Amino acid sequence: MKEIRWHGRGGQGAKTASQLLADINLQEGKFVQSFPEYGPERSGAPIRAYNRVSDEKIRVHSGVDEPEVVAVVDPTLLQAANPTEGLSEDGVLLVNTPKSPDEVKDETGFTGEVLTIDATQIAEDAGSGYANVPMLGALVSVLGTDYEVAEAEVDKALSKKLPDEIVEMNLQAFKVGYETLS
Amino acid sequence: MSNGNKEVLTGHQVVANAMRQVEPDVVAAYPITPQSEIVEYFSQYVADGKVDSEVITVESEHSAMSACVGSAAAGARTMTATASQGLALMMEIVYIAASMRTPIVMAVANRALSGPINIHCDHSDSMAARDSGVIQLYGEDAQEAYEFTLMAQRLAESEDVLLPVMVTLDGFTLTHTAQVAELLPDRAVSDFVGEYDARYPLLDVENPTTQGPFDMPDYYFEHKLQQVEAMENVSDRFLEVQEEFNDLSGSSYDGLFETYKLEDADYAVVILGSTAGTAKVVVDELREKGKKVGLLKPWLFRPFPGEEIKDVLVDKEAVAILDRSLSFGSSGPLYLEVSSALSDGDTKPRLYNYTYGLGGRDIKEDQIAGVFEDLENPDLEDKMRYIGARQ
Repeated sequence: MKEIRWHGRGGQGAKTASQLLADINLQEGKFVQSFPEYGPERSGAPIRAYNRVSDEKIRVHSGVDEPEVVAVVDPTLLQAANPTEGLSEDGVLLVNTPKSPDEVKDETGFTGEVLTIDATQIAEDAGSGYANVPMLGALVSVLGTDYEVAEAEVDKALSKKLPDEIVEMNLQAFKVGYETLS
Repeated sequence: MSNGNKEVLTGHQVVANAMRQVEPDVVAAYPITPQSEIVEYFSQYVADGKVDSEVITVESEHSAMSACVGSAAAGARTMTATASQGLALMMEIVYIAASMRTPIVMAVANRALSGPINIHCDHSDSMAARDSGVIQLYGEDAQEAYEFTLMAQRLAESEDVLLPVMVTLDGFTLTHTAQVAELLPDRAVSDFVGEYDARYPLLDVENPTTQGPFDMPDYYFEHKLQQVEAMENVSDRFLEVQEEFNDLSGSSYDGLFETYKLEDADYAVVILGSTAGTAKVVVDELREKGKKVGLLKPWLFRPFPGEEIKDVLVDKEAVAILDRSLSFGSSGPLYLEVSSALSDGDTKPRLYNYTYGLGGRDIKEDQIAGVFEDLENPDLEDKMRYIGARQ
């Protein structure tokens, strides 16, 4: 079983990305959980969301304390939210930032694997404006998920809520996010 | 690779879908965290024409249950959902719903009672309703919450039962967690629940009845005994409903509680709801180390299947009962039931009571492993233990 933690700010779509990841993992034949951490929910406040992914039925219902992968959607949370908490040196820290992995290592003191991607810029270039989707692309790439499977699921899920034009922008951002780290 | 008909759904979504598939005549509800989305989803289904139900928006839970009682007495299939303070405010009418033998099915998204005010999970809300006369089912995951909501309908409407059924699911842990679940086809559910044919509908003006009147000392007692009798019929009916449901769904419900690696266990925990899932993981880990441990998870808490539970626990060395609510000045509600069930045997296991998870306090695998470790100590002192609480 793999455990993943998302850090974002309220309104940035970390919870949505977590749920999309669960949908994608299900399509791979996996068992999944996706849940946000609930506190006082305010736009802009730091939030965490979690995924569990497993080949077996997931029975555990406690919180995730020691994730293998941490995805930071908002670069300012490197300082504000202690994203390396509980992350072992074998783990992966994926950060939305224009900085290099070495710079992030210096900033956080984390000595495990650090991957960086400028998801905010990718989202801006694509016109979608939300960094959560290119971050999701980067994450599923890191997890080794098949691109076609993931893309189809993102398309399906976003199409339920968004107009075609916006879905296309997001799919473009997803693709660039995926390719940047593949 | 595919996962069949499995979907990623929250507890809210599975319960709302169960309600959609049951297609009650009336749903009367008032929003409260962590229940709100159940009724939000359901209302959306109504607005989208996916289900033909009357949704009554009311000004409080007291009114919600009052509307439900009126609707059910009129002969309409009726459902609601609530949590915590909502259930507390509803409580006066919950007793009346039971005494009027209205087969209302209600979801309860378990949440701590105030105060201090807290929105997170424990069982203090549903446990406060344990003497109200409603049947109570506790689910471990979204799948069970879904399936119990469907079975509850049949159970509530069984002719020799006719009681409200409360289906509980742990707030946030189940309501807000997207997880893998599988829904039955709509048609299969509507065939399973069938048409509801109320026995004495208030709106049958050709055959007028009096419902909910004043009762003097000369009959009140007998009317309460009718509720006792109805409760006594629940276990058999539940087992019958399970069998029919298994035929329909391929599920394997086979009792009033689930046992997990219990048969040859020396040490056992008894636990309700989602934490039973976490405890199963611990049982597996300890079994791999050669420990003879097991678990019992009541599906049915009211009526409490004491005799049946006694049969499977009586030969154990030691049993820990984990309560997610307090009864101030006494032991936990689940402990009292298990302890009472085992009280008349010549020999019985050592019994211990633990309280955990109040107000959403997380409970970890290693803490449950610690409980099993405690049980191996034959000199363990008999006192309440509070898992993970600062003392």
